[in-house]
Amino acid sequence: MTKQNININQDYKYGFITDIENIRAPKGLSEQSIKFISDIKKEPKWMLDWRLKAFERFKNLEEPNWQKPKYPKINYQDLYYYSAPKSLSDKPKSLDEVDPKLIETYNKLGIPLQEQKKLSGVAVDAVFDSISVATTYKDELTKKGIIFCSISEAIQKHSDLVKKYLGSVIPISDHYFATLNSAVFTDGSFVYIPPNVRCPMELSTYFRINASETGQFERTLIIADKGSYVSYLEGCTAPIRNEKQLHVANVELVALDDAEIKYSTVQNWYPGDKDGVGGIYNFVTKRGVCRGRNSKISWTQVETGSAITWKYPSCILQGDNSIGEFYSIAITNNHQKADTGTKMIHLGKNTKSKIISKGISAGKADNTYRGLVDIGRKALNSRNYTQCDSLLMGNKCGAHTIPYIKNKNSSSIAEHEATTSKINEEQLFYCNQRGLNQEESVSLIVNGFCKEVLQQLPMEFAVEAQKLVSISLEGSVG
Amino acid sequence: MLEIKNLQVSINNKSILKGLNLSIKPGELHAIMGPNGSGKSTLANVLSGKGGYKISGKLNFEGKDLKEITIEERAKKGIFLAFQYPLEIPGVNTNIFLKTSLNSIRKARGEKEMDTLSFLKLLKEKSSELGIDENFLSRQLNVGFSGGEKKKNEILQMKILDPNFSILDETDSGLDIDALKVIANGVNSSRNKKKSFLVITHYQRLLNYIKPDFVHVLSDGKIVKSGCSELAEELEKTGYKKTN
Repeated sequence: MTKQNININQDYKYGFITDIENIRAPKGLSEQSIKFISDIKKEPKWMLDWRLKAFERFKNLEEPNWQKPKYPKINYQDLYYYSAPKSLSDKPKSLDEVDPKLIETYNKLGIPLQEQKKLSGVAVDAVFDSISVATTYKDELTKKGIIFCSISEAIQKHSDLVKKYLGSVIPISDHYFATLNSAVFTDGSFVYIPPNVRCPMELSTYFRINASETGQFERTLIIADKGSYVSYLEGCTAPIRNEKQLHVANVELVALDDAEIKYSTVQNWYPGDKDGVGGIYNFVTKRGVCRGRNSKISWTQVETGSAITWKYPSCILQGDNSIGEFYSIAITNNHQKADTGTKMIHLGKNTKSKIISKGISAGKADNTYRGLVDIGRKALNSRNYTQCDSLLMGNKCGAHTIPYIKNKNSSSIAEHEATTSKINEEQLFYCNQRGLNQEESVSLIVNGFCKEVLQQLPMEFAVEAQKLVSISLEGSVG
Repeated sequence: MLEIKNLQVSINNKSILKGLNLSIKPGELHAIMGPNGSGKSTLANVLSGKGGYKISGKLNFEGKDLKEITIEERAKKGIFLAFQYPLEIPGVNTNIFLKTSLNSIRKARGEKEMDTLSFLKLLKEKSSELGIDENFLSRQLNVGFSGGEKKKNEILQMKILDPNFSILDETDSGLDIDALKVIANGVNSSRNKKKSFLVITHYQRLLNYIKPDFVHVLSDGKIVKSGCSELAEELEKTGYKKTN
């Protein structure tokens, strides 16, 4: 996921010194580079046409700039949109060659050695523990008719499903970044759960073969057919790099009648260093549609990484009685910036949505919750409950809450609660007096603050997320 | 155990303690009484290490200069403060907080960390000893607790952490008679030859249940009078004014 390194504002001269062992698309965004991607993935013609259509639309779109965190202009012609996995010889040969700071973080998280290697892009043998594990799971999933593979594989093997649903939630021309992704996406996950099947395990990218080299332009599509259930986990960790990297992903979820999708993210992309050098621009479009009656989509996100996080995992509640949920923790430290929240679009009758957002700001960081609750004219008897809590640490950070609420019928109710608090010196004193040091105390208080969201995560993920929360805030209270 | 000599404390250039002397030996229970604003809580805060104060004078605990060590190191050395206003920490379960606290102190003492089962057993034992309803232990720390519950929780923490030196900062304020007995019982059952206490209070009432070895009157930043437990009764009758 991390090796396909796209350099922004890279000096031309150096940009041309290309490693011969690398297969790269021609530099810049063009029909030629899109064809190159489609070609190398052996995509059918309809897929290429789809991409080109997106590219045509993209040309006429303007980059949005209404968000709170501003960033220097990106030169989209100065990027590589496809770079094949570097050959094994290019990778760090062992963990000794990887930045020790990163290893330290992995150790704190308790990530097993094998996985550490995978995360930091160390070349590993073909016989890799998790591959056999993944294969075992794959057999079990196949028996139940569940499809879980890369989107590239799905385009070739399950083109009917992909054709039907790809772009059905995030249309090609949706907005600037989504359209860019539609034109140049490289890989991602595909999940299909057949009717009345309850997926017996948490699906995660970690257990998917080929997962180790997913592009910066991911595309994920999850379809839960009638009466099915799936829980999907997405974890992102990136090594430290000095240049800003752009990450533009699209995730589409479709839940049919009585189906439920639970989508959990722990995002720990490299946030940049203490002075704001480097880090990921995480501009992601995530949207789910509750297309059927009584369906449910639940987003849970723990955002601790990235220099700029800009995303609004959303639910379109189309089916009657459908439910949308959004649980979010966004932590920003040092120079990190986040503008995140959700959109709950109520279209069907008796639809319900719940938004719980916890924003934590430390250092010189800036954290914005931005959310839309839109209850349509025909969405009678619908309900929304929103709770946004912000926690500030220190006096150089910022927290902002920008809710948009549109209620277009009189039988529906939207509630919004918001609090902003500072981490309390007295609370810290209390914890210290009970023998906890500063970091343990902060971690305890912050994890308590985030509890309602952490509880939504699957067990193993929750433990990792709790540790991440602590690590992200280390040294922020002095 | 505790040796305080000529302790001068100020905050924002305002002098609060003005040359306080106090010596507490192992096994002793000292009560400090005094009117509002005499510096009682400041003394408790300074002993436990709260920041923001300018401090001079001698402040030794078991031969170590307390001024040199942090709040949590003091806690690990066995100084415990029962807070006048115990803090609420939303989202953190009372028993998890206590277990984390106990284990960090045990670690510092060179003892093995306690596993969940043994901890819950200890917790059950101590809370029934104090007559505390176990139910509130699974609630968020002090969140929605009544005043009495908060204070009882402080004493329960004291029992669990088993400190050598406990400071009770107006733990008796605002308590009904039953809760007061729970507090007194918690202190009395902990008293032994090694453990010392500093009980800060406004009223003599608590001292009907807890028998102090010494009573001191703090006024305008200084101890103006010391005596044995009869002094407290005298104060109750005459008020603080006479001592000046």
